[in-house]
Amino acid sequence: MTHARMRRGGPPAGPPDGRFRPARRSKPGLADREGFLAWAMLLPSVVYIIALVGVPFLLAIAFAFSDVTTGDPSYDFVGFRNFEAIFDDRVFWRSLVNTVVFTVITMIFIVLLGKILANILVADFRGKWFVRFLVLLPWTTPVALSTISWLWFLDSIYSPVDWVLRQLGVIDTNVVWLGRPSAAMVSVIAVQVWRLTPLAAVIVMAGLVAIPRDIDEAARIDGAGFWRRMFEVTIPLTLPVIAVAGLFGAIMTFTDMTVSYVLTRGGPTHSTDVLASWAYFRGIEGGDVGQGAAIALFLFPILLAGAIAILRAVRRLESQ
Amino acid sequence: MNAVEVRGLVKTFDGHLRGRRRKDDDVRALAGVDLAAEPGEYLVLLGPSGCGKTTLLRTIAGLEQPTEGEVLIGGHVVNGLPPRIRQVAMVFQSYALYPHKSVLDNIVFPLKAEKMPRGMRERRAKEAAGRLGIEPLLGRKPRQLSGGERQRVALARALVRDPAVFLLDEPLSNLDAKLRATARDELKQFQEQIGTTTIYVTHDQAEAMGLGDRIAVLEKGRVRQIGTPVEVYDDPADTFVATFIGSPPMNLVRRDDRLIGFRPEHLLPAENVPYDARVTMPMRIERMEYLSGDRHVYGTVTRLGEETRVIARLPATVTTPLSAGETHEFAVVAGRLRFFDAAAGGRTPAVPIGNGGGS
Repeated sequence: MTHARMRRGGPPAGPPDGRFRPARRSKPGLADREGFLAWAMLLPSVVYIIALVGVPFLLAIAFAFSDVTTGDPSYDFVGFRNFEAIFDDRVFWRSLVNTVVFTVITMIFIVLLGKILANILVADFRGKWFVRFLVLLPWTTPVALSTISWLWFLDSIYSPVDWVLRQLGVIDTNVVWLGRPSAAMVSVIAVQVWRLTPLAAVIVMAGLVAIPRDIDEAARIDGAGFWRRMFEVTIPLTLPVIAVAGLFGAIMTFTDMTVSYVLTRGGPTHSTDVLASWAYFRGIEGGDVGQGAAIALFLFPILLAGAIAILRAVRRLESQ
Repeated sequence: MNAVEVRGLVKTFDGHLRGRRRKDDDVRALAGVDLAAEPGEYLVLLGPSGCGKTTLLRTIAGLEQPTEGEVLIGGHVVNGLPPRIRQVAMVFQSYALYPHKSVLDNIVFPLKAEKMPRGMRERRAKEAAGRLGIEPLLGRKPRQLSGGERQRVALARALVRDPAVFLLDEPLSNLDAKLRATARDELKQFQEQIGTTTIYVTHDQAEAMGLGDRIAVLEKGRVRQIGTPVEVYDDPADTFVATFIGSPPMNLVRRDDRLIGFRPEHLLPAENVPYDARVTMPMRIERMEYLSGDRHVYGTVTRLGEETRVIARLPATVTTPLSAGETHEFAVVAGRLRFFDAAAGGRTPAVPIGNGGGS
């Protein structure tokens, strides 16, 4: 015991001959072992992914081949019957087309607006901090809340949007944004774009900031004007980042049901139903868990393709 | 007419980007610079880091706008004009090649911006590449090039459109020491061939001495001296230039209100200096170094003025035996002495120093 205390107290006095002697203990501690540390740090996320992504995914596959309903949860294998049923259902095809239209148009606008917004955000001006804060606001607000405020904005009778348009003389009567199929789709896309543009802008901004200032200056000296620098230097250099922003937006739009659920509940007459909302209506509200799971499985291949595309874009970024 | 001229150039950076600063904390990068480069001249801006030399270059290029003063290129005031109208070409310290473009596309880029027809610009680019010996590299991307090759590509990109002025911002500092010497030689030959006015920024006095027709020594945003390498070295305008240029720097010995300066290579053992026109002083030798054939002798001199540590550089031809600890009589040819005001640092006329006398 005295020995231990002696070793602990005071600075480690090395032997006078200057030979190396480990100060306290010769065995590396648990925290020194990288293999153990790696596992300890990774474990929470592994558990999380298995419990909240892996298990539900396997369950969805299992349910898609069963006749489970909310009324009768007993599992019976029924083969491809659920898939046959949804293929015969015109609403499924409608929602699949809607999902693709919704995603593609939203992605295009997110990338365009996000790029423009990012250019504004990196510019140096007074009150930059405040503008950045405002720009990020749509992204930080919980989606259900912000969508409800859009619900009021687009109300069939009291819509302030319609009021402004009426005052400007653009329209005579209210548009009834959410009550007509095409206007409803436009509304859903607009809200989704409004919500995701800040995310894209911030991602693209990170890419813009990463371009060495020298390169932009060299282009200035070489005589390139704003547009030439934009299209020949800035955009090619940020292309992988822009791709990541677009793909993120696409994946989040593809799997999103909140906006159409809160704004239109998929209506009018399924014109804004998307795969996720239709799976929800079928599986949870309609009670046919098997069919709901089968519909939801159609999200998988496209999400997989999106994930692979993102990873490839990231790899291109790293190699630059 | 001067190719490039700046008059009364002042550039201040307000501090708000670097945290909270008050108005009077503004950084004065250039504090009134007057400078002119003649057509075809190779002008080197030399100074320690933070002296404003790069800011001056960027202001001439049009990347920075001066707070006060004028920039003239070819006799025209170009304040406020963007870089592309100024007809300047610049090589950056990092070379700033476009990483996504091939070498050919990098070189062609300035011509494309001028909207030159495709065939012509490719021919010009190949010509420029040929001049710098980088034709085999035209298809490569910048990341597949070595440092020296990148530097040539940057040069080719700069020269391809026949600029009025070349601006070079420490183009050799990213090369290793061996490559730097050859690249320096090439740069000089190259400029003599094309004869374009060049302004070259460096903190390396060897580069400045070797390349410059004239050298402008900058410190704290001011030009301390402009002159040929010989003038700057032999007749420094003040103590800053005297001690910044030369390695080891000029020795300064205080005597009353004057500083007496002499270069280490002029301080020799007394028997090596002609008897009739010399100033002698005893030196207590403390340490000696043997560097590339020269002997550097560190010691303390007395009698000339206050006791001061000085360095003497003895060429290999001086074989006087010397050793640390002994005191030996050293001397400087009187004409090699320079006199400075001890307080202000500027040059003053020579004062008589009785040979061997302390008073």
